[in-house]
Amino acid sequence: MIPEIGHYAIVLALVVAIVQGTLPLIGAQRGIASWVAVAAPAAVAQFVLIAIAFFILMYAYVISDFSVINVAENSHTAKPLLYKISGVWGNHEGSLLLWILILNLFGAAVAVFGTNLPPTLRARVLSVQAFIGIGFLLFILLTSNAFTRLIPAPLEGRGLNPLLQDPGLAFHPPFLYLGYVGFSMAFSFAIAALIEGRVEPAWARWVRPWTLAAWCFLTVGIALGSWWAYYELGWGGWWFWDPVENASFMPWLAGTALLHSAIVVEKRNTLKAWTILLAILTFALSLLGTFIVRSGVLTSVHAFASDPARGVFILAFLIFVVGGALVLFAVRAPTLKTDTIFAPISREGGLILNNLLLTTACATVLLGTMYPLFLDALTGEKITVGPPYFNSTFGPLMIPLVVTMAIGPLLPWKRADAAGAFARLKAGFAISAIVALGTLYVTWGGPVMAVFGMALSAWLIGGALVELAERIRLFRAPWIESLQRAIHLPRSAYGMTLAHSGLGLVIMGIVATTAWEVERLQIMRVGETIDFAGYQIEFKGTRDVLGPNYTAIRGAYDITRNGRTITRMEPESRNYPTPPMQTSEAAIRPTPVADLYIAIGDPGPSGGWATRLYHKPLVHWIWFGALIMTIGGIVSLTDRRHRVGAPARRRARREGTPAPVAAE
Amino acid sequence: MRLGYIVPIAVFIVFAIALGIGLTLNPRDIPSALIGKSIPAFDLPAVPPRSLGLATDDLKKGDVVLINVFASWCVACRVEHPLLMELARSGVVQVYGLAYKDAPENSDRWLGQFGDPYTRTGVDRDGRVGIDWGIYGVPETFIVSGDGRIIDKHIGPISPADLQNKILPLIAQARAQ
Repeated sequence: MIPEIGHYAIVLALVVAIVQGTLPLIGAQRGIASWVAVAAPAAVAQFVLIAIAFFILMYAYVISDFSVINVAENSHTAKPLLYKISGVWGNHEGSLLLWILILNLFGAAVAVFGTNLPPTLRARVLSVQAFIGIGFLLFILLTSNAFTRLIPAPLEGRGLNPLLQDPGLAFHPPFLYLGYVGFSMAFSFAIAALIEGRVEPAWARWVRPWTLAAWCFLTVGIALGSWWAYYELGWGGWWFWDPVENASFMPWLAGTALLHSAIVVEKRNTLKAWTILLAILTFALSLLGTFIVRSGVLTSVHAFASDPARGVFILAFLIFVVGGALVLFAVRAPTLKTDTIFAPISREGGLILNNLLLTTACATVLLGTMYPLFLDALTGEKITVGPPYFNSTFGPLMIPLVVTMAIGPLLPWKRADAAGAFARLKAGFAISAIVALGTLYVTWGGPVMAVFGMALSAWLIGGALVELAERIRLFRAPWIESLQRAIHLPRSAYGMTLAHSGLGLVIMGIVATTAWEVERLQIMRVGETIDFAGYQIEFKGTRDVLGPNYTAIRGAYDITRNGRTITRMEPESRNYPTPPMQTSEAAIRPTPVADLYIAIGDPGPSGGWATRLYHKPLVHWIWFGALIMTIGGIVSLTDRRHRVGAPARRRARREGTPAPVAAE
Repeated sequence: MRLGYIVPIAVFIVFAIALGIGLTLNPRDIPSALIGKSIPAFDLPAVPPRSLGLATDDLKKGDVVLINVFASWCVACRVEHPLLMELARSGVVQVYGLAYKDAPENSDRWLGQFGDPYTRTGVDRDGRVGIDWGIYGVPETFIVSGDGRIIDKHIGPISPADLQNKILPLIAQARAQ
């Protein structure tokens, strides 16, 4: 009975979505206030209904109700509770329900917190959201119902893929979806603006917090996925340019471009059509990701059980949503008025360059991801595009991007003088040079490009710090004035400093671990000691371990350095019976400078154990940097101008203290 | 300048068409370079204590045979195994087994435990013969004509649908020729 209530709630939500998609839209067009007013309560109602359905499915997982096919196929009574819950979104049907839940979460958030929006804009935004919701609700009801029954119910379920039974991965999909689906907000705002035929600086200010929130979530989601791959897959990789990884990375790149171009719209009232287009494309790429994962058009380690019928539906939906949006764009965008001009070397110019580089980078990833499909469609030839392509196209695009990232924020709006900006970046040059020399000294004889990469990241971090120092006039004004300026600096300024420095840390991590990693595959006998990356590693033997739903072989390695005991590392090789699978739990000793990584494999023919050892310099900086970037996003999100009632409070402040310098 | 606003939708249309075509294709369906070619020369001993080994000449006896590549360490092989047993029992076609990178005693134990559908077996301990056959994953199943040409190969476990819709028709077709 209970699962049927869940099914019923989805049907009801579809009805509500249809009302929410049509009445407010017509009402806003014709000026019928009561129809416009339907949007917000409908959005909340839809959210509540979907939440009911979602929690009913979760309940079915928690109590192991195997009369529901979805639970029987993906769960098992012996699974720990956390993975029973995360199993809800570890499969196609359940993850789709999570997708819609998040879509509605954002819709309800606009309904509740968007009271400062003009009523017609809010109604239109919610209508567009409802249309996206209708598509996905129909998708669930027609092809992917999570509540289908299985009578008679089996005694035991088939279990969740053991690779997915991991805390990092339990939260990876929800964050990813919060990001993907969050960009639907930017999309809905863009469509609503096109329908209204007006894009104003205020529009950019309204759309920015949603985009920023989505961007933060996506950053966390991607970082979690990469971190999981690093410690779970047993060979220490953290990014593979797999089609599905790319599917999450492309919206991130486009969304990052969108964040920056929205600043130009907000501050300078220009670049409007481009920003609208970016908002459409960002969400289009999110939908494309959904299509790739669920249709089986590309081979990937991530693919859900794919089904052509689902592919046809998503493609039809993609064509309706994105095609419709782009037609609307072609019709309406030319009428958007732009009234400011600026010189190429200016803040606007820098942001446009940033946008060009980010979208080009996004396009190269898109091309590499889709090329096998296109080639197959045209000629029938089968190929795969691997890391060499991405490294040689994406990498070089990042160099000018990073160089300008340090300079751009120092340029004033409208017209700037590049020489002046460079002069102020003297400290940045100095930091960069010191890092380069330091790197050369430590890694003499290593790859030269890596030294350059480290210098470049230092330049980025240096540039971000210099910009902050400039704003608070550090060392130029009395320190008390600097302190006051620092207090009154908008949060978004700190957000930018953090986000840009975070990226610098990410790049340092990537460069260092790629260039100076040491890897060794060794058959180790019990009692054998080897020297590895400055450590002495002694293999003490293995023992059998019984886990809640697996058996494992746990190896013990004693790590010493120059006779001093450091730690014992215990990698595991786990065997899951349902579904049958072997997974590797690497032992990792992370330090700020480098990770020591040990994975144990199979016993060799002559008694030893295959052991994989890695020494990975700065690898944790990748995820630490991503964390700093996210914190930057969150700090920027709390900026005064995004908060409800901001204009009033700002005006009040302006009378007392001098107005703070505008952000970004 | 106005034309510029049409570019996104134009690009998207091309993109959508390509995605539509892509839906009709299966990226996992990797063609073997060996299809239509003669089988490579090889000669392998049987999985002891069996006596009938597997060699090039055994595949040129005039009737279609299936070569099933298996291993005791291969989980997916367990999935298709009952189907192979049934196929062997029905006598529709001879099934030969190639034990790929597997210790003979393990292969024997596996066949003892789950049943032995193979008329002939070959031990490819180090995977040398597997390289000649272009094997890159287990299980794989080759359909070989009576004159020793590779008609087709199936990658991954055989499902009942694969058997009915693909493998059995190919066998019938090869016999008709």
